[in-house]
This record gives sequence, C-alpha cells and structure tokens, in this order.
Amino acid sequence: MTKQVQQLDRVIIRFAGDSGDGMQLTGDRFTSGTAEFGNDLSTLPNFPAEIRAPAGTLPGVSSFQLHFADHDILTPGDAPNVLVAMNPAALKANLGDLPRGADIIANTDEFTKRNLQKVGYDGSPLEDDSLSEWRVHPVPLTSLTVKALEGFDLSKKDAERSKNMFALGLLSWLYHRPTETTIKFLETKFAKRPDIAKANIAAFQAGWNYGETTESFSVSYEVKPAQLPPGVYRNISGNQALAYGLVAASVKSKLPLFLGSYPITPASDILHELSKHKRFGIRTFQAEDEIAGVGAALGASFGGALGVTTTSGPGVALKAETVGLAVTTELPLIVVDVQRAGPSTGMPTKTEQTDLLMALYGRNGESPLPVVAPATPSDCFDAAVEAARLAVKYRTPVMLLSDGYLANGSEPWRVPSSAELPDISTEFATAPNGEDGTTFLPFKRDPETLARPWAIPGTAGLEHRIGGIEKADGTGNISYDPNNHDKMVRLRQAKIEGIAHDIPALDVDDPDGDARVLVLGWGSTYGPIAAAVRRIRRAGGKVAQAHLRHLNPLPANTGEVLRAYDKVLLPEINLGQLALLLRARFLVDIISYNRVRGLPFKAEELAGVIQDVIDSE
Amino acid sequence: MSEIQNGRGLSLVPKSDVKLGMKDFKSDQEVRWCPGCGDYAILAAVQSFVPELGLRRENMVFVSGIGCSSRFPYYMDTYGFHSIHGRAPAIATGLAASRPDLSVWVITGDGDSLSIGGNHLIHALRRNINLNILLFNNRIYGLTKGQYSPTSEVGKITKSTPMGSLDKPFNPISLAIGAEASFVARTIDSDRKHLHSVLREAAEHKGTSLVEIYQNCNIFNDGAFDQLKDPGQRDAITLRLEHGQPIASATKAVRRGADGGIEVVPRSEVSEEEILVHDVRRPDPSLAFALSRLDEPAFEHVPIGIFRSVDRPSYEELMTEQLDEAIGKGGPGDLDDLLLAGDTWRIG
Ligand code: SF4
Repeated sequence: MTKQVQQLDRVIIRFAGDSGDGMQLTGDRFTSGTAEFGNDLSTLPNFPAEIRAPAGTLPGVSSFQLHFADHDILTPGDAPNVLVAMNPAALKANLGDLPRGADIIANTDEFTKRNLQKVGYDGSPLEDDSLSEWRVHPVPLTSLTVKALEGFDLSKKDAERSKNMFALGLLSWLYHRPTETTIKFLETKFAKRPDIAKANIAAFQAGWNYGETTESFSVSYEVKPAQLPPGVYRNISGNQALAYGLVAASVKSKLPLFLGSYPITPASDILHELSKHKRFGIRTFQAEDEIAGVGAALGASFGGALGVTTTSGPGVALKAETVGLAVTTELPLIVVDVQRAGPSTGMPTKTEQTDLLMALYGRNGESPLPVVAPATPSDCFDAAVEAARLAVKYRTPVMLLSDGYLANGSEPWRVPSSAELPDISTEFATAPNGEDGTTFLPFKRDPETLARPWAIPGTAGLEHRIGGIEKADGTGNISYDPNNHDKMVRLRQAKIEGIAHDIPALDVDDPDGDARVLVLGWGSTYGPIAAAVRRIRRAGGKVAQAHLRHLNPLPANTGEVLRAYDKVLLPEINLGQLALLLRARFLVDIISYNRVRGLPFKAEELAGVIQDVIDSE
Repeated sequence: MSEIQNGRGLSLVPKSDVKLGMKDFKSDQEVRWCPGCGDYAILAAVQSFVPELGLRRENMVFVSGIGCSSRFPYYMDTYGFHSIHGRAPAIATGLAASRPDLSVWVITGDGDSLSIGGNHLIHALRRNINLNILLFNNRIYGLTKGQYSPTSEVGKITKSTPMGSLDKPFNPISLAIGAEASFVARTIDSDRKHLHSVLREAAEHKGTSLVEIYQNCNIFNDGAFDQLKDPGQRDAITLRLEHGQPIASATKAVRRGADGGIEVVPRSEVSEEEILVHDVRRPDPSLAFALSRLDEPAFEHVPIGIFRSVDRPSYEELMTEQLDEAIGKGGPGDLDDLLLAGDTWRIG
C-alpha cells in the first residue's frame, strides 16, 4: 500500500504516559532523531516530583513535548498537534491542551475498566463520542509489542516494558525520522544486556512497520530540515549547557573548578554532569547540606579555585549568609540558582522566575552582587561563562538565575570552538602592594574595576586575614569606624555598579524603528516573547523587543530604552519583581503581565497580551 | 615524625628554608580577649609551637567561625579566614580539598562547633579531610555574653536559663569518636607542654584531627576546669593517656570490668598486668569511646591526651587519586572534544 506523504512546516508532539512508561526517554530519542535530521527544535519535559507516583493516576503522568520545524523556532510550542497517550490518565491530564482536530494516538490496551475508574472515566472515551473533535487512532501498543517480541526469551512484563519503543517506532515512521541513531543508542545503552537491546530494537522496528502497514494511519508527514546558520550542531539541555559553560569557564580562566553542592531538584543534573569531568581537574564535592556546599566553594575560592555552588531557591535561602561573606570578603564565587516554583518546597519540578528579588536582596546588610540570567537552554553555556568572567574579574559572588524550564528543555546548539570563547583569566597577587614596598594591602583596589587583589595561600609575603567583620579600607584590618564602614558599603556598591560599563548595552529589536510598544523580558521568557512578537509582526503589528541578560547591574542604557517607548510591557513568571525594580529606578510606568502556574508562557497568550497593549494606544 | 604518626599529615606542605621563630607567627594586630582569658595561653602555645613544624608560614591557614576563640586567625601572621558562625569546617573543607599543599587549622568553640555548626563538624570528621580542628571548650557562650552552651552542665544558671539549663551536654570526645573521627584528643589551656605535644600529633596526623582544649572563660564561666589545674586535686582526677602506657595515675588505674566495660579502681587494688594499656591505634573505637565516658557525669576521672589516632585515607587524597586516575585513563580534558562529544551534525 503506498501512503500519502504530506508536507508540514512544523509539528508539536506530546508523549504522555505513566512515570514508569519511559516517556522522557522516548521524547529524548525522538529529539535526537529530529536533531540529526536537521530540523530546528525545542523541547519541554514535564514530570511529577514523585519518582514513581501511584501507577495509572493523574499525579503520576509524565510528559515530553517536542516542537520541530523547517525554520527556526523559539518555544516548545503552545498546543500539541499529536498526543501519544499511553493510558487513560495521560489522555485525561493532557486533553485540555489539545486543539480541535489534533491527533490522539491512544494505547487501547491500557483503557481497562480499572484504569478508567482510577481517573474517573465511567466508560472508555475511545468508545463513546466524547473525543469526536479529535482524530483518534486507537492502537493496542502493549499487546502489539508483546506479540512482536514473542520470539524473545522475555517475561510478559519485560516485553511490555518495550512498548515505549514501539510507540517511538510508530512516530518515527509517521514523521520520517531517521532510525539509525536510536538503534545505535539502544545497543550502547544495553551493551551489557544484548537480549534487552535486541528486544527494544525489535519493538522499535515493529512500531515502524506497524505504521507502514496499518489502515489506521493513511498519511505520513515530512518536515524539511531547517536553514540554520552554518556550523556544527548538537542538541543540548539547559543544565548540560550550564555545566559545559562552567567547564569552559574553568578552562578559559585557567582556574581549577571546585563545585560544592547538595542535591536538589531541578539543579542536581549540573552536579552529575560536572562529576563526570574529572579529566579537567574539576573537583566536585557533595556536601552535607546547602550551607556546606557554598562554604566549601568559598573556601576553595580563597585558595585560588573557581568556586561554584549549584542549587535551587530553597538552597539559595540557606546559602544567603555565606554569599554575604563572599560579598564582604570580595572573593569570586558562582551561585547557580535553577529556580523552581515556591515558596518553600513549592513545586520542585515546575518552573518560575520568583527568585529575582531574593538573588538581589536576600541577604543582610547592603550586599550587592551581579545577577546574570540565560535566555534559552543553550544560552546557559554563555551565561555561565559570563558569570565566571564577572566573578573572577571583579572578585565577587555572581548569581546565575536559570530555571526549571531552561534546565530540562533542550534545543539545537551551534557548538562554539574553544578558541572563540573569551579569555577570562586573571592574575593572582604575587608581590606587596603597599607604598613601602613590603606591606600587603588586601583591600587596596584596582582603580578601574575597584576589584581587590586575590592573594592565595602559598604566596610568601602576602599573608593576610580576611573575614566577615567590616574591614578597614586598604589594610583589611577589623574596623568599627563609622566613616570607614560608610565608605566600604559605598565602595562595594560602586564596584558592582561599575560593571554596567563592562557589559553590552541593552539591544532593542525594532525592525522598522517605529514601534510604540516595547516588550521587555529576562531569563527563560525569551522564547515565548520572541515567538509572540513574530506573530504580531506577521499580522502587520508593530512591537519592539528587548531582553535583559544582566539584571544587576542593568545595562547602562536601560532607562533610555524604556523611556523611548510609549508603553513597556513586561511579562514575568512571578508577581512583577523586575517591574518593581524598574519602576522604582526609572519611574517608568511598566505594564506587568504575570502568571505563576509553574509553566512557561505560551506564545499565543503573549501575542494576545501584546495586541491588547497595542490596541490600547 | 612522632612515635604514633606516619608523617603523611604534612608530607605535601612545603618546608621553610629558614628557621622561623614565635615572633614570625605573631601578627601586628592587638589581641582583644578579656584579660585573663584562657585563649591567651592557647595562642601563645600555638605561636610557640608552630615553628617546630618547620613549615612555610604562607602555607599555613587558620580558619574560624564566630565566637571569642574565632578571633584567633587575626593574631597569627599566616593566611587566615574569620568566617561565619559554625561554618569554618565547611569553608576549610573546600580549601583543604582543593589545596593539599596547605596545613589548614580550624579554630572553633563549643557553641560554634557543637550547636550551630554541629552538622559540619561531624561530617568533616567522618570524611577525614586533612584538617586540624581545635575546639576551645569553655562550656559557655562568651561573645554573646554568657548563655549556656551545648557543653554546659545540666542545671547551669545563666541569663537565658535563670532556673537552670535543661538539656544534657555533649561530650565532644564521645561525639567525635561516634562521628568516625580518626584523631581525637583532649588537652588543657594551662598546660603548655601537653598542648604542644598534642598539637604536634594533630598536625602530623593525615586526616581530620579534633583537639578539645579546656579553656577558661574567666568572665562568664570562671573556674570551670579549676579542679584540673589545682595542684591539690589535679593528680587525683586526671588520667593521662599515653600511647603504649598503662592508663593509670598515682592513685587510680583503669581495667576491664566484669561486665565487659572498663572501670576505674584504686591503683593499690590492681596488679600491673590488669591495668589497661593505652593503644591509640586500636581500629575498634569502642575502648576509646569508653575512656571518653569516664568523666561522666562529673569531673571524677578526666582522661587527658590522645584517645584515638588511626590511619585511614584522607578525603582530599582520594579525591586527587580519582582525578589522577581519570586523567591517566583518558588524558587531560580537551574542551573542544567535550563540546563535540555525542550526536552532532553539520549545517552549511
Ligand atoms: S568572654 Fe570569656 S572566652 Fe570570651 S574573651 Fe572574655 S574571657 Fe575569653
């Protein structure tokens, strides 16, 4: 039977199933095939905090959304065109996001009475007309998989486990994905269990063949490769990019990396990743708690290492006192906060931008530090290098604000060569800097950067003591002098503010130069905002866009940019934290748009908000 | 090298080319403890002892937390870090783990290390990172002006406990042994000779050494250790622990009890063979723990000296080995190779 092939410019697929169904792996593999094929793509994993919530229940549903296209795209997509529902819970949990006409591939084997009851279905929605708005493809995924694996020496349970690979095979056929990488992946993953590798490959191929032969799918789809700037690409998640950025920062600063960290969702992957790279001389230390993690990192910085700690919001709260110590002792330190929904434990696997004010002000005393935020998953790499540059050059802790959406989302990344990356090396103090030629003044500053010398133990003649007590300007000796304290508070502030001259100006994207409305963003909202801006422009609307990478200090031209527009719209996944700062600082009447659902914004949603602001002009 | 250490503790710390003296370790900062405070004696003991180690001054680092004793680093002309309450072991851990060429000392007190920093202390001990922790125990909060501490005796009347404290104190030696410490010792501020000998053993020990130093706070808890200093009582209650020697004083001796534990009996009642011989290297910590309980609940028999000193790999040694192994297998890391590892594709 020859089947029709239809061309599409973009597709959004969501794989959904029980936490134990292997949906994240299935999504990952589909992503790899898609990346290899050359589409642009963006992914959004969404999983429960519980490792294995009760099987078949709504809280146990795990999903993975992938958006791929023949052009460059900015978000994992608002609404799926295809939902793969491995059980009734997955269908019920995701149906609300499905636009009319979308395809549903449902694993009929799991639509048993018991499973239906678990999620409150009276009868099977596959059998009544409740799904008539969608195109439903009922597929007995589990039993087809078991049948395909009959020749293997596997228990029924083990055979059933390969049903995700069957689904992957079917979807790979449906969208003309290459199969070699997945086969190679399975061979490597199960190198020690060749029987399991073979079974998974057989299930994968059976899924593909099923697509080709079944009547249930009459059309398959092609999405041509995207035209991206030339280069070598790989797919990368935010956490992995951030970890690689830290490795790069160590190489380019010529400082050994020391990571002190305590496991916390969604930041632990950075610890895992860096632990693999001991060949770079990286020391990773899993501490007894968050405080020890940052303490050890600061101790290592005192000794001349690039000290890093990685955590999420609750951990930042615990580390605050030590970060303050880093501020006052003026030592380099990178504090990575992969923000998650709060307060308190909140929703550990869900995303938010609610730690901005804590990053800026969550310490006692006047305690300024630079804050840097990546905009996309792959941008976590550059943001990490930038955070390290500032930390090392200005001898200061730097807060790097990623979030759960960036951490777990992925996109193709044009891999830079080491030679393209900036040299961020610094020099340790080696000789006395006092007027008399023999004394060492640990707080005598560089006149330009206001950074103090970094004299590390082992350097003869520069023995000195630092600490949390206020220091006398220059000598660093304990000082309770009122005027000295006032001076030191202002010097520390001036040092951080001075960085504004060492970062790029805020760049505005305003193609015709006549937009009256500016949409401003920071951090992970970049993708949805840019996608919304495109929609407005495509419909003939005029809107300018600017995105802040540096939240402290702000680029020197920020006020000028804000005042140049009639209206400034600022979407944030918090209740208006950056808006509060900008209003106070620049007296600009920012229009906030805030949603705090633990999810990224949707492009369509933001396009509507932008249009409303334009219309109110 | 001492009789009981194998010399690994300082093997990676560079030696000084010139002979240094006590004055080389005195900083120009005015010492600001209350007159008569036991901290002075400890400072003088440390300053006079460190030149003996023959190390380069610049390779010594003193790290402290918060409390009276934590001002200590300011008075040593070495590198120093006066950090925040309870966190000195954590900060020192990062420093020692990344710089095995340093001799790192943590100066802490009973409040700093056993209350707010208790977690860091026990984890440093179990990890056995190459640190020397000097715990100045004055059984009171000095810097915050006299509240009871986690080593104050039950019923302590202080500003925060006008009717007496309710909680059972920690015995720092028992705690350290329970936390898998490889080196545990006790000494006293007034006995410089003993302090010297214990500090030397601690310095040369590879791994974390915990030295409890009884320290008199003459302002808020004066005389807490007077019995141990008073020539009239001292010898009757002190039990000197010396490696390879019988655990006994002129009047008392320690032997195995009928119930399997240990007991203190009048020396005249036991034959020399019955007296327990002290072995700091005993792998099993239970006897050292039993010794640490002899002064419970009151100061009846107070063991002074090294309770335990066993050899096991230190954390930073193992950490360095892992890096060396990884580099040995795959060569030093190459950034371009790392970034291009895995599935990649070329466009254009
Ligand atoms: S308060 Fe006590 S411990 Fe503190 S300096 Fe005075 S005497 Fe020493």
